[in-house]
Amino acid sequence: MKFIKPHRRTHLRTARPKPQGVFTSRASAYRLRQFQDYLARRRRGLRWLSQRVRRSPLAIIGLVLVLFFSFVALAAPWLAPPPSGARNPYMIPRASFRPYPEPPESAAWRSFPPDWHKHPLGLTGDQYDIYYGIIWGTRTAFRVGFEVTFSIVFVGVLLGALAGFFGKRIDNLIMRVVDIFLSLPALIGAIVLVSFMGKGLNSVIIAFIVFGWPFYARLTRGEVLRVKEVDYVNAARASGASNLRIIFRHILPNAISPVVAAATLDIGSQMVGVATLSFLGLGSPEGYADWGQLASFARNWIVGSAGDPTQYWYVIAFPGIALLLFVLSFALLGDAFQEILDPRMRGEGR
Amino acid sequence: MIAFIIRRLVILPVIILGVTLITYAMFSLLSPAEQLAAYVSSPTQLHGGTAAVERLIHTYGLDRPIWERYLNWLDNIFHGKLGWSTYANMWVSQAIAAYFPATLELAIYSFIPVIIVGIWLGVLSAVKQNTIIDHLTRIMAILGWGFPSFVLAIFLILIFFGILGWFPPGRLSTWADLVVSNLTSFHFIRYTGLNTIDGILNWRWDITWNAFRHLVGPVFTISFLEWAILLRVMRASMLEVLRQDYVRTARAKGLPERVVIKKHARRNALISAVTVGGLLVLGFFTGGAITETVYNYRGLGYFFVFSATQLDSAAIMGTALVISGGVVLTNLIVDVLYAIIDPRVRLE
Repeated sequence: MKFIKPHRRTHLRTARPKPQGVFTSRASAYRLRQFQDYLARRRRGLRWLSQRVRRSPLAIIGLVLVLFFSFVALAAPWLAPPPSGARNPYMIPRASFRPYPEPPESAAWRSFPPDWHKHPLGLTGDQYDIYYGIIWGTRTAFRVGFEVTFSIVFVGVLLGALAGFFGKRIDNLIMRVVDIFLSLPALIGAIVLVSFMGKGLNSVIIAFIVFGWPFYARLTRGEVLRVKEVDYVNAARASGASNLRIIFRHILPNAISPVVAAATLDIGSQMVGVATLSFLGLGSPEGYADWGQLASFARNWIVGSAGDPTQYWYVIAFPGIALLLFVLSFALLGDAFQEILDPRMRGEGR
Repeated sequence: MIAFIIRRLVILPVIILGVTLITYAMFSLLSPAEQLAAYVSSPTQLHGGTAAVERLIHTYGLDRPIWERYLNWLDNIFHGKLGWSTYANMWVSQAIAAYFPATLELAIYSFIPVIIVGIWLGVLSAVKQNTIIDHLTRIMAILGWGFPSFVLAIFLILIFFGILGWFPPGRLSTWADLVVSNLTSFHFIRYTGLNTIDGILNWRWDITWNAFRHLVGPVFTISFLEWAILLRVMRASMLEVLRQDYVRTARAKGLPERVVIKKHARRNALISAVTVGGLLVLGFFTGGAITETVYNYRGLGYFFVFSATQLDSAAIMGTALVISGGVVLTNLIVDVLYAIIDPRVRLE
């Protein structure tokens, strides 16, 4: 739709407040008050959100888990100090070159943080230290989850907003591209791309970005279409705001909440996607602190000897639990956000 | 209605063409010499060293501009020539035909529990919103949604094979595999390629039983990850439907709650559950590839993952195309079904 802008329009602004205190210019005082209003609105919004989160026990569990993992990631050099002279702390040290796993040693837990030289959570099939791998792998997990999710949300929201706002040809073009990308499952597409691009953690991250954004484009487009024809957008348009300003100031803030909820939920699952490729041997190089790869060491050691089938339980149990809890933490948070932000999901009488 | 279906059918070739374009764009990241591996069918062709490689690159047109190579490749694809798989040591189309029945069998048995449990629990959870049942179901759904499939598969193998010895990995035990591939005196006829059904048709119940025992693990892994999707949608749409006026009317005219839920609410909630059909198939291929790999269940996903780890480019592309073809087809069916069930869609 094209609007004819009046050549010179009258300003419909209220009088600016009188300057007070240190603010000599009237404009800066006005800006300050605008900013204070904005902060107050933000604070009210946050308080409302935090009240909702506090009321949901599942969300609290999720939040605690996220905080716990953040702590582990930040404190990694203290929890598992890298061996002296190590060039890259992310490479898991090997206890020896023997081919079989070794069980956890409880003696290592007498002090805190435990001494990983005594392998507190055991050793994998190639004698990589599981405790060290899990602690440093937390950093990898966060890095991977955030990098992938932020990138795909950025690209997806941008394209989705363009498609939804401008409609017609642009919409058609973008959405057909989205359809095409969506007909190749993300994991399958990522495996293809990684195998042709060359193995490695970075190519896996790129691959998941390439195949991840269409979901957000579709989601954002739907929301933008919903918001586009609302009165305040028409008002902004009538007062001569530019298209970009309408998109970023009026439409997106009102269309973004489902995207935020979905993205929170997605941080964990994108991490699992990358871990899956590492598990298959397409991701991080051998010995890199990555939970997926740590779990892949278990493939040859699932079942123990005839008399003792659970002999090597620790090889899968600890990396598996770390992976599960990490996904769960973000899933619980995201689920709570979805429930809070989607009025349909709210219970009656609340 | 017809117009809607025709519009969908018109878009279909565009999407399929787009998928081939993406696939080929990824393939062209390889150097010509690496690309050659997708065309060469036996190592003897490479005898003659660098000169032979150069000649073959020229023969297959790999030194041409990219659009020309793409069109050549597309031409081959439409004639059913997907290339030679070094991993399976046969033509990719043959390999896909050989591996497909296993995946089909897995899909058939996985979808039954997914649909039954997903719908049942979704309705239950919505009807009893904010009770302990609802919370438990939601926790289960989140678990199913978040559980990395390879971790779940390994845990299940450890418990049900390692400790209990009930459900071994693989597709068949060695003795049964010998019977099925006709290496024993028994004359086994492959009617469908599905072990459980062929076993019955050949009146070998031991084969069927053996196949079922191998299926339980992968089926459980896949369906546990899948029903979370269905359950969430079912719960959401049920919550919405329960707030509609016609449900209130049904209650007001004194119908028993059971009838209101089953006849008035659930039926309408099922309409939007149809839309996740495409998502379920997508999830099946994703989860299935990993599950098949961990369980050593030789299906399409297993073939895909192993050819990917060994850079068997023809097989990678061929399988990816087949998988996305499956997804596109399901989406089409779902859209048409949806248009038939829900008249509002047609007016779009």
